Amino acid sequence: MKYIKYLILGTVFGVVLTKAELISWFRIYEMFKFEAFHMYGVIGSAVVVGIVITLIVKKSRMKSLSGDPIIINPKKFSIPRYLLGGIIFGLGWALTGACPGPLFVQVGNGYLVMIVAIASGLLGTYVYGLLRNKLPH
Amino acid sequence: MTVSLRSDEIYELTENDNLLRVQNNIMQNIIDFISQPWPWYVAGPMIALVMFGLIYFGNNFGMSANFRNLCSVMGAGKSCEFFDFDWRKQKWNLVFVVGTILGGFIASQFLMDSSTVGINEATKSELVGFGMLDAGEGMMPESIFNIESLLTLKGIIFIVLGGFLVGFGTRYAGGCTSGHAISGLSDLQPASLLAVIGFFIGGLIMTWFILPSLLTL
Repeated sequence: MKYIKYLILGTVFGVVLTKAELISWFRIYEMFKFEAFHMYGVIGSAVVVGIVITLIVKKSRMKSLSGDPIIINPKKFSIPRYLLGGIIFGLGWALTGACPGPLFVQVGNGYLVMIVAIASGLLGTYVYGLLRNKLPH
Repeated sequence: MTVSLRSDEIYELTENDNLLRVQNNIMQNIIDFISQPWPWYVAGPMIALVMFGLIYFGNNFGMSANFRNLCSVMGAGKSCEFFDFDWRKQKWNLVFVVGTILGGFIASQFLMDSSTVGINEATKSELVGFGMLDAGEGMMPESIFNIESLLTLKGIIFIVLGGFLVGFGTRYAGGCTSGHAISGLSDLQPASLLAVIGFFIGGLIMTWFILPSLLTL
């Protein structure tokens, strides 16, 4: 029962990603071609609302559902990690038309071939784990 | 037999009828709204609320972390210390993933009016020009994303290589669209801004310079 709230939240996320066509390969292509506002509107409005939410959570020292203080960890800044990692993910994003979340939602939409993309993503993550100490971070 | 009604009775009947019609209209509008594609200003704030839900439950919004979790579930921790952690503590995130699959299923089965994606006509004709005749029909170009195409170079590049780059890149960058573009930017993290700039550099290079040759393979 502890996990049911996560199942509901995930379901809402899957419905939104489908209903706003955010899992569409075409929408991602259109975004990178700057031929529609849709994706920018979604990400932009999510960030604007997200900034307000994050500010409120921090300023009010909001407690989590279980009563513990909410801690939002800052990310340690460095250049190569975010730039190189980001570019590699971006190349894959434009190929598959999906980031990790949408890959799963596409499967739910019946595009079962994307299970192969997810499996390949797991392999990519595993290879990163193996090479991690040799990569610039 | 004739039934005669007094004028106030007739009035009441039409009133009830009107009320019913208004109620039907409201229901129809709600159904129409749900079955139409949702606009950006509905989707964006809802995604932010999903993020808030996860924060409020004492966790965080990060989809790509599940790739690492799944590697750990499958025993990758035995051969690589990066995956040697107690994934049971991440169960909530894996349950969230199950929810996203379920949500995708529910939306596609019950909440969709049409399967076409209303992309820009210019984008569509450009894709048709690349030989993608099913541009805008359905969420994905099924001419590329189908099981049989896994036997072709094109399918392997789009599905297998694409997936690999997503898995490798997100872990290297420490997050994806949910962790950096939504959560990180919401917290005004410079690292996330740099990651998002990276996402776009990669996506633009692929879309403008590489996809034209790949799509015509």
